[in-house]
Amino acid sequence: MSLEQFMNEAISPWMRVEGPENDIVLSTRIRLARNFEKVTFPIIANEDELRSVIEFMKENYEGKSYANYQNLAFIEMEDLSHIEKRVLVEKHLISPFLTKARASGVLVSENEQLSIMVNEEDHIRIQLYFPGFQMKQALDHAFELDDWLEEKIDFAFDERWGYLTSCPTNVGTGMRASVMIHLPALVLTKRINQMIPAINQFGFVVRGIYGEGTEALGNLFQVSNQITLGKSEEDIVEDLESVIINLVEQEREARHYLLHTSGKKLEDQIFRSYGILKYGRIIESQEASARISDVRLGVDLGMIKDVSHNVLNELMVLTQPGFLQHYAKKVLTTSERDVLRATLIRERLNI
Amino acid sequence: MLCTECQKRTATLHYTQIINGEKTEVHVCEVCAQKKGYSFPGDEPYTLHDLLTGLFNVTSPGLDVKEDNFFNQFNELTCDHCQLSFSEFQRIGKFGCTNCYDTFKAKLPAIFRKVHSGNTKHDGKIPKRKGGNLHIKKEIERYREYLQQLIKEENFEEAAVIRDRIKDLEKLQGGNES
Repeated sequence: MSLEQFMNEAISPWMRVEGPENDIVLSTRIRLARNFEKVTFPIIANEDELRSVIEFMKENYEGKSYANYQNLAFIEMEDLSHIEKRVLVEKHLISPFLTKARASGVLVSENEQLSIMVNEEDHIRIQLYFPGFQMKQALDHAFELDDWLEEKIDFAFDERWGYLTSCPTNVGTGMRASVMIHLPALVLTKRINQMIPAINQFGFVVRGIYGEGTEALGNLFQVSNQITLGKSEEDIVEDLESVIINLVEQEREARHYLLHTSGKKLEDQIFRSYGILKYGRIIESQEASARISDVRLGVDLGMIKDVSHNVLNELMVLTQPGFLQHYAKKVLTTSERDVLRATLIRERLNI
Repeated sequence: MLCTECQKRTATLHYTQIINGEKTEVHVCEVCAQKKGYSFPGDEPYTLHDLLTGLFNVTSPGLDVKEDNFFNQFNELTCDHCQLSFSEFQRIGKFGCTNCYDTFKAKLPAIFRKVHSGNTKHDGKIPKRKGGNLHIKKEIERYREYLQQLIKEENFEEAAVIRDRIKDLEKLQGGNES
């Protein structure tokens, strides 16, 4: 598996499989933070220590497979161009932090479902994605992968504190479970504003994806656990599951409500957005996200029949700045990007 | 790695400086970084740090670090593996190594309680090899709780079974330790 293959497709192979509740829940992710017991954490470690971690991971896991996660490729950050790094971030294979970290890299499985970041804030960050809403499956597989790594690595672990991490916010389970969720109707009806504080009180965080603060670009939100200590992984996942089930129900209800109270207006908004995506010549990133969200809602409500979820998932990544520049094979100005973005969207929607 | 400026504190900020095409690596601690102007407030996403610093109840030293503080820092808790001092830990909001957890252990419950809604003890996965007998220990704990409940309910038949199971586990635990 070469770097090129990860770069060329905007949509990861695992995303092509339709997951449960995928009209609202796009994906489920489990992240486990782990450290080598005897090595200083990356923030303090010197170059030699960091290299030793990189070499160990490369030697023991490059080209290896576990279950569905085949043929792990090792990619070192220092070998990548600025645009290539950005593409990997936009595909959520690595964090923005990893691109800035010293002597860092990532192991990625062929289906791109598993990525293991090396020398991020912690020595090891296992990241596992599942399409749709599949929390328990994701946790089971993440545990298996964790055990697989533990066969060869002495993890920093303490009976009282659990898995030891660089940041106190991750200590204990080292786990961040998160769900990417599309909530256009809750945003339109403004109900989301009342729900977020309630969700926070349960120890879960709601953030916009790609956007800053509470303003979510394309009505996409990420819900994840805040607490990692004193609560088992199973309990965290179960609680998050019930928060998500509730959000999904509320979103369905809000969609129903909008259809009945202002159906024509909603239909008009959806088809206007569809028209702009199909025929526009210049489109900014923010507008593209909003229009794609409208079209996704149109598809979910059965108003638009000739567009698939897959195309929309692909467009979400394809229209990001890094990917556009990778596609053009050169650095583009903002206005050049807006033109290329509109062109690519037209091409995808008019096939 | 020690700070290249003061040679006293641990370097936590790492830069590559390019001046007239000449590349130099800079490794400094936060104090020297601020003094020498390597770090620009607002340049990096410091919000989480700020938040944590707030949680840890520390008064942020800000830009003007008084020289007297330096001497105080020598006397204070410092990790003997990575040389991270407690005040540096508070400032960056990150541990430097496994040993830091041991060095700062007296201060950790208060911090963890704030970050994790009052929790101070791990209750999740245990590594298979590294965890050793912990698995058995946890299972015994669970059985003991169950046993208490059974006794309360006067379900002595089941209680006897559980008591035997605990005994077996304790034997197993003893056997593994020797």
